[in-house]
Amino acid sequence: MSLSSLVFASLSVAPLAIIGICLSGSRPNLREAVSILASAILITLNLVLLGQLPDGAVTTWHSGEMLPGLRLELAVEPLGILFAIIASTLWLVTVVYAIGYMRSHEEQNQTRFYAFFALSIGCVMGIAFAGNLLTLFLFYELLTLSTWPLVVHAGTDKARQGGGVYLGLLLGTSVLFFLPAIFLTWWTAGTVTFTPGGVFNADTNPVVLSVLLVLFVFGVGKAAMMPFHRWLPAAMVAPTPVSALLHAVAVVKAGVFSILKIGVYIFGLEQLSAAESREWLLYLAGFSLLAASIVAMRQDNLKARLAYSTVSQLAYVSLGVLLAVPAGVTGGGLQIAMHAFGKITLFFCAGAILVASHKTRVSELSGLGRQMPFTMGAFLLASLSIVGLPPTGGTWSKFYLMLGTLEAGALLLAAALILSSLLNIVYLTLIPVRAFWRFDGRDVPASRADIQEAPLACCLAIGFTATCCVMLFLFPGPLLTLISRIPGAGG
Amino acid sequence: MLSQLPVLPVLLPLIGAPACALLRRPTLAWVFACLVAVLAFLCTVSLFTTTWQEGVQTYALGGWPSPWGIEYRIDLLNALVLLVVSGIGAAILLASRASVWQEIGETRRGLFYVACLLCLAGLLGIAATGDAFNLFVFLEISSLSTYALVAMGPDRRALLAAYNYLIMGTIGATFILIGIGFLYMLTGTLSMADLGERLPAMGESRTAFAAYAFIVVGVCLKLALFPLHLWLPGAYTRAPSIVTVFLAATSTKVALYVLIRFTYSVFHLEFSQLAQALDTVFIALGVIAVFAGSLVAIFEADLKRGLAYSSVAQIGFMVIGLGIGTVEGLQASLIHLFNHALMKGALFLALAAFILRVGSSNFSSLRGIGRRMPLATAAFVLAGISLIGIPGTAGFISKWYLVLAAAAQQQWILLGLILAGSLLTAVYIWRFVETAYAEPEGDSVIQRNEAPLGMLLVIVLLALLNLYFGFDSRLPVETAGGAAQALLGGDAS
Amino acid sequence: MDVFSYFNYWVVVVLMMLGFFIVIARGNLVKKLIGLNIFQTSVFILYISIGNVSGGAAPILEEGVALYSNPLPHVLILTAIVVGIATTAVGLALVVRIHAAYDSVEESEILAQDEPC
Repeated sequence: MSLSSLVFASLSVAPLAIIGICLSGSRPNLREAVSILASAILITLNLVLLGQLPDGAVTTWHSGEMLPGLRLELAVEPLGILFAIIASTLWLVTVVYAIGYMRSHEEQNQTRFYAFFALSIGCVMGIAFAGNLLTLFLFYELLTLSTWPLVVHAGTDKARQGGGVYLGLLLGTSVLFFLPAIFLTWWTAGTVTFTPGGVFNADTNPVVLSVLLVLFVFGVGKAAMMPFHRWLPAAMVAPTPVSALLHAVAVVKAGVFSILKIGVYIFGLEQLSAAESREWLLYLAGFSLLAASIVAMRQDNLKARLAYSTVSQLAYVSLGVLLAVPAGVTGGGLQIAMHAFGKITLFFCAGAILVASHKTRVSELSGLGRQMPFTMGAFLLASLSIVGLPPTGGTWSKFYLMLGTLEAGALLLAAALILSSLLNIVYLTLIPVRAFWRFDGRDVPASRADIQEAPLACCLAIGFTATCCVMLFLFPGPLLTLISRIPGAGG
Repeated sequence: MLSQLPVLPVLLPLIGAPACALLRRPTLAWVFACLVAVLAFLCTVSLFTTTWQEGVQTYALGGWPSPWGIEYRIDLLNALVLLVVSGIGAAILLASRASVWQEIGETRRGLFYVACLLCLAGLLGIAATGDAFNLFVFLEISSLSTYALVAMGPDRRALLAAYNYLIMGTIGATFILIGIGFLYMLTGTLSMADLGERLPAMGESRTAFAAYAFIVVGVCLKLALFPLHLWLPGAYTRAPSIVTVFLAATSTKVALYVLIRFTYSVFHLEFSQLAQALDTVFIALGVIAVFAGSLVAIFEADLKRGLAYSSVAQIGFMVIGLGIGTVEGLQASLIHLFNHALMKGALFLALAAFILRVGSSNFSSLRGIGRRMPLATAAFVLAGISLIGIPGTAGFISKWYLVLAAAAQQQWILLGLILAGSLLTAVYIWRFVETAYAEPEGDSVIQRNEAPLGMLLVIVLLALLNLYFGFDSRLPVETAGGAAQALLGGDAS
Repeated sequence: MDVFSYFNYWVVVVLMMLGFFIVIARGNLVKKLIGLNIFQTSVFILYISIGNVSGGAAPILEEGVALYSNPLPHVLILTAIVVGIATTAVGLALVVRIHAAYDSVEESEILAQDEPC
């Protein structure tokens, strides 16, 4: 198949899956089979695309002009493929997990759930293959809208309230900042197409670039840069599989992916380093990742703690881009992948704990390692990956980010990264450690009868993603090769 | 046949109305009215293409040439407005049956369609005529029939709303009449083209300014520009649902056309010193309208009334474009005129379908409507997204040009206000979405109960047009661009 | 005096203001309509005044008359009068219906019967 038909095929998997899901709504087994089949096809398509990956960004399709100089474009480039592969792989895993979770939790409206799930993935594919800012924006908004029903899935007042914050912040920032930024880009450069090396001339007014950078960083609200991060904790009212895929992977990653893509293909590293607001934003990112860690420490609700941890980890990616050095971009790209696998494992574990033992608070988890050794083991591995310790993949992304800060000569930020990692240990890694090794009066030696794990489907998914965390440490080669082909990441 | 084309769209409904009154059976009246409206629409399509290809079309009524007789003069601007009004009018009449049959008593149904045709004739007449006094007459024809239509609303408050509209509308029309009188005093002519040639030669005349002031206030009453909008929410809320669709999609558009026509073709305000002051006034009023209208819409408990206030806000956007005063601004204003007709047509028509099935437009009774009427609700949401101005919909195109016009004038604050205004739109549209897809209260089992087929088709068609013109915007953009160029550039197109 | 030579225009202004005031200040729906009528009538007088040419004869062709008044404003105002009558008719019809529905033609009493509209 040609590149363009592959991209189209990749984009059309989700809509077709939705039709299949809706048609088979009355037969749950068939419905879930459709989801699994669709995600498997999607992964295959994306891998084939990876095999045919050309150099630079290749436009595969464009529409007629909607406005002078503005049209819809699809393009294939390394960053997009990376994102597409991660998202589609985790879709498959999450569907498997959701089968266990949703059924044992007896959630209502499961057909709607799976349908919107597929729709969100479709939007993510659109974002991954967007060839210009306008297309990106379109799918970005569509993603916000299509995930909203998932966020308010429970239908309670609390869910609705959370959904309101979610939509308000995401739509608000995108309309107030993102859209004007696109307009300003088009106004200044005459094009909004993603171009390796950036679209701006060398003599572009640096003030305009500064303004643009600020608009983009805040406009892509999904990147959860403080002070526009509130939507992420608010969205945690969603069922756990949703939180896992959307708020650890698809939605938030769409945010940082957009920032990375804009940094590399709209600004280009050279123009990026010329923008004066960059430095200011860098320190904001540094502040954001520290502050979110501190807030996370004070959360007793496990999902809320994970949410704030995500806010912190996303700031790593933004920071990587804003460093405007090759190692920073590499680190940012790696962080997208590593954090995706690490955080989704953590969310899966949180959901498994909820299903198996009905616990949602961190303070209740002490000693749980006896009941759920497998889950807690995976939790430990994943938290190590988030912290950035061997033997997990997170090591590499943190390593490159560190390298980036040093390359850029920002020692203060390097210190912030180290401090944040220490905080991560405190609020994440200590959870499984306490679950296994805390001895109090109630503690009894483990026996097989105590073991009470989540349903098999959940455990399968957890096992897979946790293994991935380790595998990414052992074999980061293919990933690094792919990332090194991003213009600016510099081999 | 072709030489009569400029007058046909007006003549058909004007003659059709009394003929329609002769028909005894309401169904027959409906079919006849639809037939007339569709024919008129086909004529305007043909007129539009002719104007597009060959330039200005003129027709001298009764064979009396221009400065003496009444001349119909169709340039791109007229053609665009005619197209919008007759197209939406025909679509609404086609979709109207079920809603009218529910809301209007059996004896009045036939007369309802007579009034509709008269109103259509009036609106098309305003858009087609080149004579200032003739414009006033058509304005009154459309207004009087509108008062009657509003009064047919399902509950007694419609009567009061119609009465208030009548008082304000008549004051507005009389103001216009005074203005036209002053113009005649000054120049001795009533032909708008002739006026446009003579007035600039008069220099800065006080009479001309007074005339313009009267006309602007009068037209703004009809246009419901803040703060002269007081009649609009009442009339829109209490009128029969179909009438609300019709008014929202067509009547204010025509008023905007009149304002543009008088400002640029008759008074040539772009050359006057007054222009800048006026531009500021228009922009200020437009911005206030956007914010006041949207804020009220956000907190309104009744969706129909909320949408009425939203219309006040959207009129604000159009007037902002006018106030920017450049070709781009005018173009944006005209594009929004076109697109807003599509959006509000779809929104109010979907709402009419909701009222048909639920019996009320209160937010509380619309809970769960997304399951009862999935297609109509989806169309509503799509049109709502277009109203917000999300890329991929027609609304984006209008907002884009509006922002472009503001940026070209370096009016950055205005640009920010436009965006903030769009955001407010998002709030009240989202309020509906939340209600529509919320779980219904209590244990009531929701039956799927879509709108009648004819109505549903039109709703979906209008919503899809919003999408279509979001991707292929050549028709409104090029027409509006040509019309704006002709108005401001002075060269006849 | 210059001021008085335009007395018909003064009449127009006075009538216009009177009519306008009645429309705004009166709560009785019928009186409002009467005010509206006075308001419109003042405009009719304005138009008729425009058409007058001092020393001109009625615009009927006649031997020996060279100067005629301008007939066009008079014709226009015939149309406007028709429009005014139609407006009044519709307005009065509405008032009749309102009276039937509310049993009153006083605005304040009517508004008191419905929650704010």
